[in-house]
Amino acid sequence: MPLAASNIDTDVIMPKQFLKGIDRSGLDRGLFYHLRFDEQGRPRPEFILNRPQWRDAAFLIAGANFGCGSSREHAVWGLMQYGIRAIVAESFAGIFFDNCARNGLLAIELGEPDVRRLQERAGLPEDNVLIIDLDSQTISGRDLEIGFKIEAIRKNALLKGLDAVGQTLELSDEISAFERKHLRDNPWLDAN
Amino acid sequence: MHRARTLYDKLVDRHTVRKLDEQDQQVVLYVDRTVLNEYTSPQAFTALRLASRSVWRPRAALGVVDHVNPTVVGRITMPGDAARQTAYFAENCRDFGIEIFDMTHAMQGIEHVVMPEIGLVLPGMVIAAGDSHTTTYGAFGALGFGIGTSDIEHYLATQTLIYKRLASMRVTLEGHLPPGVRSKDVVMALIEKIGASGATGYAIEFQGAGIRALSIEARMTLCNMAVECGARGALIAPDEKVIDYLAQTPRAPKGELWRLATESWTSLQTDQDAVFDREVVLAAGEIAPMVTWGTSPDQAVKITECVPDPRLQPDPVRRQAIERALAYMDLRPGQPVDSIEIQAAFIGSCTNARIEDLRDAARILEGRQIAPGVKAIVVPGSMSVRRQAEAEGLDRIFTLAGFEWRQSGCSMCLAMNDDVLARAERCASSTNRNFEDRQGAGGRTHLMSPAMVAASAVAGRLADVRQIAGER
Ligand code: SF4
Repeated sequence: MPLAASNIDTDVIMPKQFLKGIDRSGLDRGLFYHLRFDEQGRPRPEFILNRPQWRDAAFLIAGANFGCGSSREHAVWGLMQYGIRAIVAESFAGIFFDNCARNGLLAIELGEPDVRRLQERAGLPEDNVLIIDLDSQTISGRDLEIGFKIEAIRKNALLKGLDAVGQTLELSDEISAFERKHLRDNPWLDAN
Repeated sequence: MHRARTLYDKLVDRHTVRKLDEQDQQVVLYVDRTVLNEYTSPQAFTALRLASRSVWRPRAALGVVDHVNPTVVGRITMPGDAARQTAYFAENCRDFGIEIFDMTHAMQGIEHVVMPEIGLVLPGMVIAAGDSHTTTYGAFGALGFGIGTSDIEHYLATQTLIYKRLASMRVTLEGHLPPGVRSKDVVMALIEKIGASGATGYAIEFQGAGIRALSIEARMTLCNMAVECGARGALIAPDEKVIDYLAQTPRAPKGELWRLATESWTSLQTDQDAVFDREVVLAAGEIAPMVTWGTSPDQAVKITECVPDPRLQPDPVRRQAIERALAYMDLRPGQPVDSIEIQAAFIGSCTNARIEDLRDAARILEGRQIAPGVKAIVVPGSMSVRRQAEAEGLDRIFTLAGFEWRQSGCSMCLAMNDDVLARAERCASSTNRNFEDRQGAGGRTHLMSPAMVAASAVAGRLADVRQIAGER
């Protein structure tokens, strides 16, 4: 589904009233809340998420600087709980991009002409079936194929679903050794 | 051969535990310290609990309640969800051995105000925290950046992050700021110039005579808000001012450690011949007091200018963005911004609620009254700032002028507590984000410096502080 505007911030993606939990549940309801629902909580029929042709969309084709603003990871959790599996955009804000990677949500950066093409295609309900193949790094549809880049480490983690903390903890000895030297070289760091 | 390096390179190099890929772009980065808040940390602690993992270095973390707490004086209770969040936060800090400043603690405040004022931010550190405005710490020559909840968990468990090196951008402020212009205006002018994603993928280093002249608190405002143009790191090389500031703080190193520390900090400079990936130059003399008119921090103009006309914007995407912002903000193209009437004024946030900010605003308000129909509040950045302001009699100036004098917290910067704009209410705000619904559903935010908020509250409309207070 297309969402063309630039600078869609995480306050818009997940408004503050949905940040008050201590777990990750119920965030699909909060996704784009003020765009999706009016003041009385009724769905706004014109907003794309409420239109039947896009109800099961798994890919979001966004504009530039998607996910800017607050660091809230709730934005990514909400997108995933809603069913979004990949986001294509001209650019992503840094923290949001990392949050996607940590949760297995594929974020793809493409040049403006490719993003516009995909937005147009995504906007045609009768012809908007797209396939994103992470392995071969391609987005394809009828008469359309666009390659994308992704760092090897991120790709590997997405494909294998690795536990990042567990992996880093395997380096515990190395981290400890680094820390000892770091605190010896900069002893005031341990002073407070 | 010795390669000339930027300050950013040096900080990343010094904290690299291991390089993860060929081009040396991703590393395991050692992080010196963090600060935790009640709303982005709970799921990180839950994950640690589920995996039976402990916190690597509990004393390198501080918990501060700031986002959801009420700020009315005498606060004792909170609504259920906020109370549950803060209770779980307290439980997590206790169980994992982390110091906490809870709602009623004498040192409580907004995390990015508290950390520097007690001396926990030191030059050369890497500090990552679950809040985007962690860039504030760059004012001390520390690399601060925001992270999400999964990375909080990663940090707590391993004291490291998987980190991708950023490109470097130098922003040079040439010359000196004219009277009436503040560091908030500088950073707003920068964001307006390069756009809300102008520094995405970059770490900024601020240099130039104009930067050297700024106080540490003014530098914090600059580095804090650099995230609004996408920067994930905003550095200023430490100088004597940093050392003088830290010498006054309770938790900075003392004695022999202080001597060693200050000696080492002098090397925290970008090498003479280091090359930046991008250069931006700002002429200080051309900067004027700024206000935002739209719903993104880059939608800003000088207070003497007018609301832009979307028809003059050739790019269709940008034109639509302007139209959408004007509709949300209920503004007319071509309208002078200093004719825009306000119903609310807010002085607060980690950008602009330190003691110098309050002094600056109080100076404008002394002997003046806010306009009828304007609801105005001041929320000091921390309880220490509040006490200091009271010792100087600033609270009296604010209350006599018609402002409410509050306890500390994020408050109406993001309106997660009970300080919320009503629908269609328009606010002059010293905060950092004018996003749709940020200060309350349907609320309209105009960002500016605290002195400009004070001037606007007096005028009942967006106003030029230089006119109201005769600054020239
Ligand atoms: S004051 Fe505002 S920007 Fe700063 S930490 Fe609080 S909510 Fe975030």
